[in-house]
Amino acid sequence: MQLASGVDLQLADLSNKLIYSAMAVYLIAMFAHMFEWTFGSKGAVAVRSAEQATLAATVAAANEPAKAAKQVTVTVASANGGTTTLTRTALADAGATVVTSGRGEAEEVDGPGAAGSSEKGDLAGRIAVSLTVLGAVLHVAAVVTRGLSVMRWPWGNMYEFSCAFGFTMVAAYLGLLVAKKKVRWLGLPVMVAVLLILGLAVSVLYTDSEQLVPALHSYWLAIHVSTAIICGGAFYAAFVATLLYLAKDRFDQRMAAGLTSGPLGTSASIWQRLPAAGTLDKLSYRINAMVFPLWTFTIIAGAIWAEAAWGKYWEWDPKETWSFITWVAYAAYLHARATAGWKGRKAAYLALLAFACWLFNFYGVNIFVTGKHSYAGVG
Amino acid sequence: MSDTRTRPPEPPEDIADAEAERLSSAPAESDGPTGIGVLGWFRWMWRQLTSMRVALILLFMLSLAAIPGSLIPQTSQNAFKVDTWKGTHKALTPIYEKLQLFDVYSSVWFSAIYILLFVSLAGCIIPRTWQFVGVLRAKPPAAPRNLTRMPVYAAWQSDADAEAVNRAAYQRLKKRGFRAHLGNSAVAAEKGYLREVGNLLFHFSLFALLAGFAWASLASGQGGKLVIVGQGYSNTMTQLDDFSGSAFYTSNDLDTFGFKLDGFTATYQTSGDQMGTAREYAAHIRYWKGADDTKLTKGDIQVNHPLEIGGSKVFLIGHGYAPVVTVKNAKGETVYTGPTAFLPQDGNLTSTGVIKVNDYGDKDGKKTQLGFQGYFLPTAPVNFDQTGPISLFPAAAEPMLVLTAWAGDLGTDSGLPQNVYQLNTTHLTQLKQDGDIARARLKPGQGWTLPNGYGTVSFDGYQEWASFTVSHRPGNAVALTGAVCAILGLIGSLFVQRRRIWVRATTTPDGRTLVEVAGLARSESAKIAEELADLAVDLQDDAPATEGEPAASDEAPASDEPSGPTSPADPNSKE
Ligand code: HEM
Repeated sequence: MQLASGVDLQLADLSNKLIYSAMAVYLIAMFAHMFEWTFGSKGAVAVRSAEQATLAATVAAANEPAKAAKQVTVTVASANGGTTTLTRTALADAGATVVTSGRGEAEEVDGPGAAGSSEKGDLAGRIAVSLTVLGAVLHVAAVVTRGLSVMRWPWGNMYEFSCAFGFTMVAAYLGLLVAKKKVRWLGLPVMVAVLLILGLAVSVLYTDSEQLVPALHSYWLAIHVSTAIICGGAFYAAFVATLLYLAKDRFDQRMAAGLTSGPLGTSASIWQRLPAAGTLDKLSYRINAMVFPLWTFTIIAGAIWAEAAWGKYWEWDPKETWSFITWVAYAAYLHARATAGWKGRKAAYLALLAFACWLFNFYGVNIFVTGKHSYAGVG
Repeated sequence: MSDTRTRPPEPPEDIADAEAERLSSAPAESDGPTGIGVLGWFRWMWRQLTSMRVALILLFMLSLAAIPGSLIPQTSQNAFKVDTWKGTHKALTPIYEKLQLFDVYSSVWFSAIYILLFVSLAGCIIPRTWQFVGVLRAKPPAAPRNLTRMPVYAAWQSDADAEAVNRAAYQRLKKRGFRAHLGNSAVAAEKGYLREVGNLLFHFSLFALLAGFAWASLASGQGGKLVIVGQGYSNTMTQLDDFSGSAFYTSNDLDTFGFKLDGFTATYQTSGDQMGTAREYAAHIRYWKGADDTKLTKGDIQVNHPLEIGGSKVFLIGHGYAPVVTVKNAKGETVYTGPTAFLPQDGNLTSTGVIKVNDYGDKDGKKTQLGFQGYFLPTAPVNFDQTGPISLFPAAAEPMLVLTAWAGDLGTDSGLPQNVYQLNTTHLTQLKQDGDIARARLKPGQGWTLPNGYGTVSFDGYQEWASFTVSHRPGNAVALTGAVCAILGLIGSLFVQRRRIWVRATTTPDGRTLVEVAGLARSESAKIAEELADLAVDLQDDAPATEGEPAASDEAPASDEPSGPTSPADPNSKE
């Protein structure tokens, strides 16, 4: 008999403390975002998108040396009739303008974000983002120390998996901010989601830091599970965007019908500060479309691993089955987007359904259904 | 579905315009029967089946249909669980059986859905491929009459010669990797064909995946074998414990090889709330291929690391203990000796098994048989009167063998196959001592004198055993290739943007040149505007914009405006 290599209990303990600290910081960040939204509702909503503001600035700057440069302006008509304008400046000898033609219909405008025009709101938002960064640092430290405590990849059970995929979601959100995308409005839903994920993880799914069962001794653990984690975080983000799209679209319909409040009696100012419905829709499509090939890869990697571990790459084990169901559901969503008559809300409902399958695959299958994927360490 | 090759040479303009705006070979949705009679209806049904809408519905149904199999126990995975379920749900069982709910993934209705889906896929993908080949052979679709209707548009006035501008635009688009065609007075260009290629590749790969599955289920077989350390195995029907084959891989087709199990390593968690959980298993073997069993190669088989030997893969599935027991008859002759595999019952490897002694003479030399029923505890507690025999830990720290004995007729001579892990006690009587069931708790090296002069049993020690699955599965490579192609195709299909750009420079009636550029892409892509702007900027070299508003309106550059002189050809044109 040999003894399995041990567990560094101090590190494991540190990891737990870090997770709780990260949760506390995320919680404060969530409140800061709430303040941002509250303050933002006080100021008037400037219905001019930041994108257009920067565009105006570009045009102004380009106009300065107008005599030396040429401008080319291209009008882009979006599917719902709105237009945006792009300007390019070409250096040439004589000044000239190029005039464009648009469809001249109502523009679809992105809202200014949660803080609206309120400075206090903006400050609260900035504080929230700083706190989110701090929380993310603590969070990633927790994941790393957990891994170091057993010297293996820190996603061997559902608790570890939840911590890791909660982090990828926050990281994706911060990544978008770093890339100068105007997504601070995502802060509140992301904080709520990560607190839910971690809350479930520490309360229901917790297991002590341990070595792995032989079935998980494989480099496929690093490949298959880490891509699954990335998919999880991204599907979650797309889900949030889809929900907001549906709500904003409903809000637009209500506005068109002459109502003054948002769905469920919410204040109109909340919805006006969000990006346009079309933008949200496009965002959720883009994320889902980006993730779909990775999800396909995750399933295939899982099948290859199953072949190595159990001798058959596909056995309709409940986890495999639900991954397949999720995959088909997302494929149906992508099909729907390409089929006339299924765009917009109908496709969005399919996206929600597909995400529900994903959620059930992660939580439901591990907790309620027994199969070979019994790594959960719960129950 | 329209086919470009057979398109009339000069299509009506609105059809041509519609063609120009189609950026996918996805079939157009159509309603209503085409033609009359049975053939018409058949055509209509076929068209429905191969439409995107029905594909969508079938996909949706496929995911719905997969659900019950994940919630109801399936025969193919765990027949034992199915039987237990049937035992507790007497009323539902016949209904479930009728609905094939215990074999969802091979059921008629599940098969029907995916077969329909694949028929639909074939019906969709083959015409699309032809159509796409046609697209590749034809020129990019000509510029629509009214370019201002395109989603992205720019225009300016210039003094350059219109023909020269068109030629320059043609060159620039070619340089940008577009497939371009210089028409009479306009350039049509298209890029991003890889999107369609990817899409077709993806859908074709689904067939490869299906073919891989089909091949595997028609030509694979697998068997199970339990081997005690120190013993060998050769891959034949007689040596396998069980075998399930398929149409093209029967027990006669077994790959010829064999191996000897030299040792087994197992490590376990020794503390914490997962104490006793296995951490590592490894079977150490020497194997041979073909008929020559003298050329041995060393190898290790671990969970996750099967060993491929001569067309089959050998997987490590489980392991357990085999107590080594020697039974002597009353005369002191050894009638049975060796290890007997016991089967684990729980995570701590509390194991049960039977030892059958066929050739046993009782003290009078009369032929009788002996059977032992026993528990092997790798780590026995000090006392288990309350709990019954259970092991505390899976490793053999405190091994103990608990035995009861039976004498009489084992039933092994009847010729009927017997379960080696069960005693058939119909013709056996249990040995008693002092009115109680005779029972022994033996540590290694200890012996037990059976009551009524039946002889002695000694517990010499234990061996470990490992169980293996020997699996022959062709078609994996096909399925894997299909899967890899599917991902590559998806990446092309989702990330490549197919787009068209048209440039039309025309001489306006006032003698100047109107340059119009327009672009079309799917709504999800935003890059087309930037691409068009870049092109427009580039074109400034060839067609410098002059002051003044261009004459672009919702109408095509009209010929009903007053005409004027045409500018001379641009000498700087990059022809
Ligand atoms: C076996 C089931 C199928 C799966 C898993 C599947 C999956 C997909 C996926 C994920 C896409 C998105 C890729 C993209 O947007 O380019 C797609 C696109 C597409 N699929 Fe399928 N598909 C299946 C069957 C079919 C069938 C039966 C048809 C025809 C009736 C079909 C026709 C199309 C078309 C035309 C597109 C591209 C639409 C466009 O131009 O964007 N597919 N499919």
